[in-house]
Amino acid sequence: MEKKWEEMSADEKQEAQFQKLLTPKDPEGNDLKFQTPEAEANYKASINRIKDAVQLKKTPDRVPVALLPSMFPFINAGMTIEEAMYDYDKTVAAFRKFILEFKPDMNIGAAQAGPGKFHEILDYKLYKWPGHGVAPEHSYQCVEGEYMKPEEYDLLITDPSFYFNHFYLPRVFGALEGFTMLPPPTGILEIYGVAFNFIPYALPPVQSTFKALFEAGAEALKWAMAIGGLNGELASLGFPNILGGFTKAPFDTIGDTLRGTRGIMVDMYRQPDKLLKAMDALVPIMIGMGIGSMQQTGNPQIFIPLHKGADGFLSDEQFKKFYWPTLRQVIVGLIEGGCIPFPALEGHWDSRLKVIQDVPKGKTMWMVDQSDMAKVKETLGKNACLMGNVPSSMLALATPDEVKAYCKKLIDTAGKGGGFIMMNGAFFDHAKPENIKAMVDVTREYGVYK
Amino acid sequence: MAGKLVKLLSDLKEPEALAFVDKSLAEGADPMDLLGQAKEAMNIVGERFASEEYFIPDLVFSGEILKGIVKKLEPHLKKGEEEKRLGKVVIGTVAGDIHDIGKDMVVFMLDVNGFEVIDLGIDVPVQKFVDTIKETGSKVVGLSGFLTLAFQSMKETVDAIKAAGLRDKVKIMIGGGQIDDQVKGFTGADAYGKDAMAAVKLAKGWIGG
Repeated sequence: MEKKWEEMSADEKQEAQFQKLLTPKDPEGNDLKFQTPEAEANYKASINRIKDAVQLKKTPDRVPVALLPSMFPFINAGMTIEEAMYDYDKTVAAFRKFILEFKPDMNIGAAQAGPGKFHEILDYKLYKWPGHGVAPEHSYQCVEGEYMKPEEYDLLITDPSFYFNHFYLPRVFGALEGFTMLPPPTGILEIYGVAFNFIPYALPPVQSTFKALFEAGAEALKWAMAIGGLNGELASLGFPNILGGFTKAPFDTIGDTLRGTRGIMVDMYRQPDKLLKAMDALVPIMIGMGIGSMQQTGNPQIFIPLHKGADGFLSDEQFKKFYWPTLRQVIVGLIEGGCIPFPALEGHWDSRLKVIQDVPKGKTMWMVDQSDMAKVKETLGKNACLMGNVPSSMLALATPDEVKAYCKKLIDTAGKGGGFIMMNGAFFDHAKPENIKAMVDVTREYGVYK
Repeated sequence: MAGKLVKLLSDLKEPEALAFVDKSLAEGADPMDLLGQAKEAMNIVGERFASEEYFIPDLVFSGEILKGIVKKLEPHLKKGEEEKRLGKVVIGTVAGDIHDIGKDMVVFMLDVNGFEVIDLGIDVPVQKFVDTIKETGSKVVGLSGFLTLAFQSMKETVDAIKAAGLRDKVKIMIGGGQIDDQVKGFTGADAYGKDAMAAVKLAKGWIGG
């Protein structure tokens, strides 16, 4: 008899996830109909290649190649970022063209542009986007700030969800102002007085917040149907997207968009204990976020963009005290839940390698931006699959021959013995198409394991 | 008690440093002397950052403590002569890019190292750089950018400086997330700096000091 999911070990869960990826379903739950036998063979070969690279048990047939662009597909299709954010048919057309042109073994779907109108409906203040603070041809950009105040740690620690609803969300979404009038749901008990809890829902600001939510939900669904439909289509053509969702390192959760870079750094001095406690409180939430989206999408890979742990941001001591412990707990929790954590080492991480190599073997895949790949291979690479390291500057400015030479070197060092996926090192907007092609081509030819 | 504030601030002891300033002022200490000590302390912070004893949180926090000290000293300081500066540096995040953390770090380090920094902010139009160079006669320009779109904006800024006939009058340094020597070559800048201390070194090399 088949084991129940809860009874499986982390190994068994991962194996079950890959088996599921090898037998993809359509939205109705039937076996996905591939458009050609060749598409089916390519799809499965890609999944197996990635599986071998991740598990570190056997060498794949060749080095897999993945492409994780930011706005490149839209720029390459000759449209503005504004068009990509507001016209979902155009988004889908550009991303389809991108995948069919470069044919990667793995992609993460067309979600990067995001639905512009949705952001408008909710009056999103955390970002500027085309037509809302940046030019039509430029990407959205984050507006750093102290969206959480220094004296609010206790509120966050006690009840993170209530803190988000009542304080954080209304600050970053203008249309959610009505949330500030809602009482904590945990006050809803018994019969005496229970109705008092619901009075705020009669108030006009709360009602207009809910109206905005319904409208935003409808817009988000419209967008998700468009890009989800494309995912199914691309899978049927042989191109898998195995991204299941994303989560964050607790230090970045607080440092990126709650307290901000300056805020969290000052907190490390003025209130280190509260910061540590808040990160502890966020660990199960960050794990749940990954597992929850894995269950929703059916895909195991959980992306974890890593920011403030990079070289230079923190001292070794600060990194070991503030950044790594809770990140490691999140990674391990995700693995135990059947996810494949996919952290991205943005920037340089050379000084952190000895610390971060301490992860369960064959369970994670790491996007490496500008770190020294030979050193990463000797450390983290012993326990984990590595991806990336082709620099953005090279993709944008070098010649195809230079790209090929760089990729060959990567295959020789990082690709040795398996455990490597060729990929761009950072999400990219601008690149020469011939350089992307060079990266893919050289991997298909030179990356074959003998 | 000369030098005590130097140690407290450079060791990042915030409550102690602020209490010391209060106590010294109450006892009639010369506020100019305290300000001098604070500046000396910030130089030590800069040196420790350069030698990788201090990192960004330490730098940010030292700035916070300094702010608190200056706030206490300000009412006691006579308006008057500004200290002599090494030279002027014009700096900004290039057009289209709104990231400021890296740029602010460079501004801070240049400032504590004695440069007069003209910070043009973020998303700075090409012409604004040109105009500011003309107005200030600055010999060093720093272009910051985090996104790949900054490659093109930096190049356009350098080209505009050239077109205005100012290229041989200024040295141009660039820096930011995806910037490297390859980008330097593309933009026509004179140098690329990996971090805030690299910017200080470059500026010192060009201006002296």
